[in-house]
Amino acid sequence: MKYTFLSLIVLVIFFTSCKKDITPEYNSSATGQLSVEFDNVVGNQDLQLNTGVYTNASGETFKLTLLKYFVSNFILTKTDGTTYIVPQDSCYFLIDESSPNTTIPKLRVPEGEYSKLSFVLGVDSLRNTVDISKRTGVLDPAGTAAGMYWSWNSGYIFFKMEGTSPVSTQNGNIFQYHIGLFGGYTAPTINNLKTITLDLTARGTAKIKATKSANIHLLVDIMKVFNGTTNISIAKNSVVMVSPFSATIANNYVNMFSHNHTEN
Amino acid sequence: MKLKILIIIFFLAGIVACKKEITQVFAGFTKPDIFPTPVYHFETNPITEAGFVLGRKLFYDASLSANNTISCGFCHIQTSAFTQHGHSVSHGIFDSLGVRNTPPIMNLAWSPSFMWDGGIPNLDLQPIAPITNHIEMGNTMDNVLTTLRQSKEYPSLFQKAFGSSEINTARLLKALSQFMLMCVSDQSKYDSVMRGQAVFNTNENAGYALFKANCAVCHKEPLFTDYTFRNNGLTPNFINDMGRYDITLQETDKYKFKVPTLRNLQYTAPYMHDGRFLTLDAVLDFYDHEVQNNPNLDTALRKNGHIGISLSSSEKQQLVAFLQTLNDKVFIENKLLSEQ
Repeated sequence: MKYTFLSLIVLVIFFTSCKKDITPEYNSSATGQLSVEFDNVVGNQDLQLNTGVYTNASGETFKLTLLKYFVSNFILTKTDGTTYIVPQDSCYFLIDESSPNTTIPKLRVPEGEYSKLSFVLGVDSLRNTVDISKRTGVLDPAGTAAGMYWSWNSGYIFFKMEGTSPVSTQNGNIFQYHIGLFGGYTAPTINNLKTITLDLTARGTAKIKATKSANIHLLVDIMKVFNGTTNISIAKNSVVMVSPFSATIANNYVNMFSHNHTEN
Repeated sequence: MKLKILIIIFFLAGIVACKKEITQVFAGFTKPDIFPTPVYHFETNPITEAGFVLGRKLFYDASLSANNTISCGFCHIQTSAFTQHGHSVSHGIFDSLGVRNTPPIMNLAWSPSFMWDGGIPNLDLQPIAPITNHIEMGNTMDNVLTTLRQSKEYPSLFQKAFGSSEINTARLLKALSQFMLMCVSDQSKYDSVMRGQAVFNTNENAGYALFKANCAVCHKEPLFTDYTFRNNGLTPNFINDMGRYDITLQETDKYKFKVPTLRNLQYTAPYMHDGRFLTLDAVLDFYDHEVQNNPNLDTALRKNGHIGISLSSSEKQQLVAFLQTLNDKVFIENKLLSEQ
């Protein structure tokens, strides 16, 4: 009995000390590093370009040979409800599955505990129409954005996925989904820009201090591009680029992001 | 007396010499008095002589293409008002054929969009399309920049134009824009008449009246286009080019193409987005009795239940006489715009 009582005390002390640890004081004028990891998976499997074989809800097997998408305009919300908008000029990232170091963008944010993350999948309409001198880094059509930019219909491709499937009737059984369209410049078009908002409370807030970075680990389930509000069949839609059907794919991929955990 | 004559001769010689020079001296961009305000954003790309000279060199440089064979000027030939004479559709790298007729490069500072379908809203972004199109110049922008950086001449030309020898996407495109913006055609007989320096003859005058009654609603003066996209009742071509629809995906935009300018018509044959009409007469015959009715046909071509624009043969002659006053020989011979 005495022993139990003692261990209970020890346990209480232990918890109390822990609790003290997880409420650090934040200096909101200092900044720390927050990374957001875009971990691309297919259903319950890791995504393996070129080698992994997957089956979608239409019963079609497929491989992926290329996966690239833009993420931008990050906004973070603290537990006290205040938001931090990451400065736009440093807020465009091209996630390229074939280049692992691109899949964990790093942001500088004020110290604090963050419980909500929001970002745009794609390149916002403003940046799609801005002067060429403002399109540097990942947005430079001569640089990383080559292949992610439609020159004939000025605008960025937000999401590009290519692969092969035995059901595709294209040469080499390929399929290609190049999804863009920001709403139009001289005339309104489809707007496939999507804002993704994820609550981090359940699976771990991000606690940033100048001396302590955090990593928000997201799972990006590529299977949801096919399986969603409308199940996409590769046999029926092997090439989708600038077409009304692009909106169907965008309405599916908006749901592919989930928060898995946060590494503090 | 002899001295006087000598002075006069010298004076005349001076004038003649000057006159020859005038078209070859860079004088910056000036808005022609009879033109509206340009839409190009000069504030982000002020035209300088060094920028223009660099742009001109780039325009005529085949090393911008994948295999050093095709320059911008290959398809945009000055003597054809910067179109590709005799080609219904453009002829590009590796003898590939494009799908549309090469549009002219003139008075682009007034154009709010580019290409037959208006897919490009900004002149600075326009060259990326032909440079990277696999049937035009077949290159990548990255390759072009590498080629220019490794050349002996370009770094110093970029230095002169932009203050440092750095060669990047924005500078390349802005230099090309500077050259294209300087391609202003405003020296036709029509322009002289509008400036009160010449008069139309009887035929031209009759043609001008016909033009204003039948054509000016789309081919708006003084640039001879209102830059809108319209369906003029052409039958879809063999590749079923749907024009503006490919950009907007709106049903109502199917088979619409940008209203082309009529300036320099004599030099820009063949006509229409796919160059299907070889002569101006064929164009007028089309408007007279070949226009196809369809749901998107422009209302200007279905007046009073009639499809097309009825023209008698004498009216056609008068109209052609007026249209010929839109030719600007000074423009197509301006050495300042030629390959040096």
